Amino acid sequence: MFESKAGILFIAGIGFFALAFVSNALVPVLMYRDLPEQTAEEVVNPKLLYQVKELSWRFPVAFEEHVGAPDEDDDAAWKETAASLLRLGRQVYIGEGCWHCHSQFVRPVSNESKRWGPVSKTEEYENELQRPVMFGTRRVGPDLSREGGRRSSDWHAVHFFNPEWVSPDSPMPRYTWLFDGSPQRPNKRGLALIAYIQWLGSWLDSYPYYEELDVLREQDF
Amino acid sequence: MITNETTSTTTDPSELVDERLVRWYFLAACTFLGVSMLGGLLMAFQLVHWNPLNGIELLAPGRWRMVHTNAVAYGFLANAFLGALHWAVPRLTLHQVASRALSYFIFFAWQAIVLLTAAGIIFGPSLQTSQWVAAAASKYHLAMSLGAQGLEWGETPFWIDPVALLGLALVAYNFMVPIARAKPPLYVTMWYFMAAFVWTFLTYAMGNLMPEYHVAGTSAGAVGGLFIHDLVGLFVTPLGWGLMYYFVPIMLKKPIWSHGLSLVGFWGLAFFYPLNGIHHFLYTPIPMFLQYGAVIATVAVELVVTTVIVNFFGTLWGNGRAVVTNLPVRWFYTGMIFYFLTCLQCAMQVTLTFQKLIHFTDWVVGHAHLVMFGVFSMWLFGIMTYLFPRLLGRNWYSHALLEWHYWLSALGVLVMATDLILAGLFQGYFWASLQPWDVSLVGSYPFWVTRVFAGLAMFLGFLCFVYNLWMTYRGVRSPAAEATPASATWLG
Ligand code: HEC
Ligand code: HEM
Repeated sequence: MFESKAGILFIAGIGFFALAFVSNALVPVLMYRDLPEQTAEEVVNPKLLYQVKELSWRFPVAFEEHVGAPDEDDDAAWKETAASLLRLGRQVYIGEGCWHCHSQFVRPVSNESKRWGPVSKTEEYENELQRPVMFGTRRVGPDLSREGGRRSSDWHAVHFFNPEWVSPDSPMPRYTWLFDGSPQRPNKRGLALIAYIQWLGSWLDSYPYYEELDVLREQDF
Repeated sequence: MITNETTSTTTDPSELVDERLVRWYFLAACTFLGVSMLGGLLMAFQLVHWNPLNGIELLAPGRWRMVHTNAVAYGFLANAFLGALHWAVPRLTLHQVASRALSYFIFFAWQAIVLLTAAGIIFGPSLQTSQWVAAAASKYHLAMSLGAQGLEWGETPFWIDPVALLGLALVAYNFMVPIARAKPPLYVTMWYFMAAFVWTFLTYAMGNLMPEYHVAGTSAGAVGGLFIHDLVGLFVTPLGWGLMYYFVPIMLKKPIWSHGLSLVGFWGLAFFYPLNGIHHFLYTPIPMFLQYGAVIATVAVELVVTTVIVNFFGTLWGNGRAVVTNLPVRWFYTGMIFYFLTCLQCAMQVTLTFQKLIHFTDWVVGHAHLVMFGVFSMWLFGIMTYLFPRLLGRNWYSHALLEWHYWLSALGVLVMATDLILAGLFQGYFWASLQPWDVSLVGSYPFWVTRVFAGLAMFLGFLCFVYNLWMTYRGVRSPAAEATPASATWLG
């Protein structure tokens, strides 16, 4: 059996693979099958809606041109706009490889919850925008799972255009192609990425506690 | 147990092996390795602020980092493995592959897959907002972009996945036919190859379909962990070890030391390796009991690996000088030492204690280079060093250049890995002590600079190899090579 073709093919090849698949993949899948997977529309929350509207005030020309601002009071339309920005923003985030330099989960160790706020929970990831999940494997830059609302959208615009302008030691690459020539004019991808970043963590009741942290306050924000 | 010598003398191997195809695969592998190294260097330069191309969309370091890892896995390792398989499988089974025409079809299809993957990663994000993509996306409800998908080593754009799966199925068929025809008992190498054909296909299907289409969130994380792990453990590792079981006895002209240990090694790997998946995502919201399971299985793998290493050093016993006098053997055994070191490192880093500190840091990147370059690339370089003279029907142009290739690669990766592992410890402490993020960037800087130079050394070594190959191809013989009659033994 141990040296026969059938043994190797069926026991090692298929059997052991299946065993690992069941125990390492299927078990969590089944455990979480009752958690509904939310769509992008469902994860739009008031904080994000505000951020998106704010984008349209801050970059009126760009927003009008690339996204098209709905009527101020038409909440359903804003919601739809926000959801489509989230979808596109996530694609930009993946396509540009942001996730190879930034993680999206706060671990219960190494003082991470002091730096970034509440430890990540399963429920936070059960949505369309976490397919595949953006846990990440490397942190050249900080974790982003609680980034939403931490900085203003124009900070992000300038930072994406040229990170060294706001963070002189930053090795983060420039993303000038997310703009029409200047940080005041983000294009569609740029606006979507900013909206996506502002969404991260916006589902939590409280923003993280950066302000309580003395060492962090010394940083020149 | 059959030994390699008996198999290779009974039939005329030149009828069995399509040497042109082996050559083509090796050349394709070298081409993509060059591309990949340039991508790695681009990211390395970016990290130390020396990237003069910063801000050029199609040369975005983020995209090229994905080209780096994908070109290495599918362009270099897969191509080089396929070349070596086309050499080894027909010789071991005494049968040709299923179909030569199919072999050539696979060759071209595979290059197309690798090139299109790179093209998708580089151009996909730029096309994201163009009219026709938006139209297609809304028409077919595509949540995905034309560019990379968000899973490491699974970045292959979604429109290539089915083609790649078909390619893998054809590869398996093409090699399984001669294996099925071969008379038992099967040699160790064949166990590894057979299992690898099944595993690679299943792994690829799982990783490229499930987290993208079926499951989201934490479950997708578990599947993703299993995927990245299985790709290394069930595609690269078994093919690599299978080739070692084939080439090492040939070079040393004696059978593997212990058949029992070969059995333990294979079955241990087959059982424990796939169970490790979740160890890539420790401390995530994935249930803790699964995380513990993965940690234990990982430590078990280390024990299994030790038996394999013992087996190979047992084989070397008594022929130790071969490491000095025979260059391919030196590549192989250097790789094995690095393999042991990687696995030792793995046994430490998988513990929750270490994970606290080193997860997300450069420690992991050091680990990745140690195993991918220090082990599998080394083995493949050794195989190429041995095979090219046979494929081209002439001796290497320069032995000195071969030595340079060896030393620059070995020392380069040693420096790179040590440097990054140390950097990881520093980063871990900077983060845990709640220093501003900038502190960890400034603190990493000297390590990142060192990495650039280590990378340049590895690249230079590779250039020596390519230049040497070019001159050998053209049939030039350096005066020095003429003067060393011992070259035959030196190259195995
Ligand atoms: C080479 C690795 C790298 C890549 C790729 C990268 N970043 Fe960064 N990022 C960093 C580093 C390092 C910092 C910290 C220094 C700074 O503020 O620029 C950072 C900081 C940030 C911050 C500010 C975090 C804070 O509040 O301090 C955001 C937001 C961010 N990145 C988003 C992105 C997005 C979105 C992308 C993809 C378009 C991206 N990053 C790609 C390395 C990277
Ligand atoms: C010229 C030499 C090379 C240089 C300069 C280089 C540089 C890099 C850089 C900068 C990264 C990103 C690290 C990060 O995210 O912080 C990386 C990742 C990686 N490289 Fe290389 N590389 C080189 C050669 C190779 C080779 C030859 C291989 C494989 C055979 C390889 C395999 C990998 C892998 C697997 C990763 C992903 C690591 C992870 O995500 O943990 N590299 N490399």
